[in-house]
Amino acid sequence: MKQISTIKLGLARGALEIKQFNRQRESVVFTILFPVILLFIFGSVFNDNIAPGVTFSQYFVAGMIASGLVNSGFQQLAISIPIERDLGTLKRLRGTPMPATAYFIGKGIQVLYSMFLQLTLLLFFGTIFFGLELPTQPTKWLTFTWLIILGTASSTLLGIAFSVVPKSGRGASAVVSPVVIVLQFFSGVFFIFTTLPSWMQHFAALFPLKWLTQGMRSVFLPDSFATEEAAKSWEINKIAIILIAWLIAGVFISLKTFKWTKE
Amino acid sequence: MLHPLVIDVSNLTKTYDGKTAVNGINLQVRKGEVFALLGPNGAGKTTTVEILEGYRERDSGSVSVLGFDPNSKVSKSAERMWRDQIGIVLQTTMDALDLTVRETLTHFAKYYSNPKNANAVIESVGLTEKIDEKIRTLSGGQRRRLDVALGIIGRPELLFLDEPTTGFDPEARRAFWELIRNLRDQGTSILLTTHYLDEAEALADRVAVINNGQILEVATPKTLGGRENSKVEISWIENGEPRSSFSDTPTATIQELAARLGGEIAGLTVARPTLEDIYLKMIGENL
Repeated sequence: MKQISTIKLGLARGALEIKQFNRQRESVVFTILFPVILLFIFGSVFNDNIAPGVTFSQYFVAGMIASGLVNSGFQQLAISIPIERDLGTLKRLRGTPMPATAYFIGKGIQVLYSMFLQLTLLLFFGTIFFGLELPTQPTKWLTFTWLIILGTASSTLLGIAFSVVPKSGRGASAVVSPVVIVLQFFSGVFFIFTTLPSWMQHFAALFPLKWLTQGMRSVFLPDSFATEEAAKSWEINKIAIILIAWLIAGVFISLKTFKWTKE
Repeated sequence: MLHPLVIDVSNLTKTYDGKTAVNGINLQVRKGEVFALLGPNGAGKTTTVEILEGYRERDSGSVSVLGFDPNSKVSKSAERMWRDQIGIVLQTTMDALDLTVRETLTHFAKYYSNPKNANAVIESVGLTEKIDEKIRTLSGGQRRRLDVALGIIGRPELLFLDEPTTGFDPEARRAFWELIRNLRDQGTSILLTTHYLDEAEALADRVAVINNGQILEVATPKTLGGRENSKVEISWIENGEPRSSFSDTPTATIQELAARLGGEIAGLTVARPTLEDIYLKMIGENL
């Protein structure tokens, strides 16, 4: 029998996932527009300077871009996969020769796609209304690119891993959303990270979101702001190491714990 | 001539939380055979089939499906090669509602090494006029036919069919039976579970009746439960009253009746017990 390449199947899954995503208007509106709505609320309410030449709304946009990775990956998948499990979608797929890895790749592609739409809107409205400045140095764009890739991949895999936690599709949102919101508060999305209690900062440092927000700030805020960070620097290398560690953990946990059926 | 075994199960057991679902089942299905598994809800049918399909793990016993042990976990690629050769039609699922029939079939065809043509499969299940409609718009029976199409798109050697015609109108059922006979004629082996005894009778080469996790009997539909030797019910009308009697020698009984009533017997029917009668009797004895 000729072996069908898992990558090729993953790409086919991705194309199908995007097609389905585009046809579900609620999901498009919720995952794409929600961060933009938050941007308008927070950006309009808190618009003070938090450092010379840096406003809170700029700080907040960087955080929202990082959050977008968690929303469109971890949150969206940890809610939608239990629903797919309830509906029997996963059981049907399990009965075919399509490997789990191809399914995971398809999810990653779909997350990347919705992330791309979300980013375009956030950058567009951020630059027009909230003083966000797009970086001009190529190194910043390079950082941005690997942050998006590592962020999407780890967020996708951790979402798949967490999808075994909700007992049913109906309850999934109630289990997953609070986890994400708490993490957003702790990681310096809604508040300036360094103003949070130190136990909160230490706790947030265990998870990827804190590092993603910090990385996005290094891209979108002036370098002078680095001294305002908790470590008085952007800690780019540390961010990369921690995200890669979470990515590797995500691969192992998701492959080990993924469940096709409810049993 | 005996064809090779496609399913070979011996002493299969499975317990959930101390409750025995499957209690020592032996089962052999040969290549090219349509084999029906009959039994009431909770008899252990679904558990048995899901163990064969690799969805559940057994407690003990041995299982071979197309020469492969579904629980063996030897390697992912061996399991993939095995899944390439089987087709599974589960009980109704409600997924992929936003895709069209054609998109879904063309996509699933990509999973298999030697798939059938998607359009031809859609035609064979009678969904051609719905080919570019979203799955959301299909009726229950049409969805079921799509489920069957997805089960056969990979050109399986062995097809599992779980309650395939639930929600079909009589015409669609007949058409579906034709489809199954065609698959069988092309050499596909089929393991069918069904609640419809007429379906088992129309399709199955052999049937197994399962109850309380055990197989009560394996036979052809014509011989199950001693059906071919059982008493025949003869009914007729005499003096305007319906009458009936059971007989081991129906021909003699009818000759005698004809002589007594002088010629044509009014309202005469001669009926052997249906598969359903036999089945209910077997299940009833074991309640």
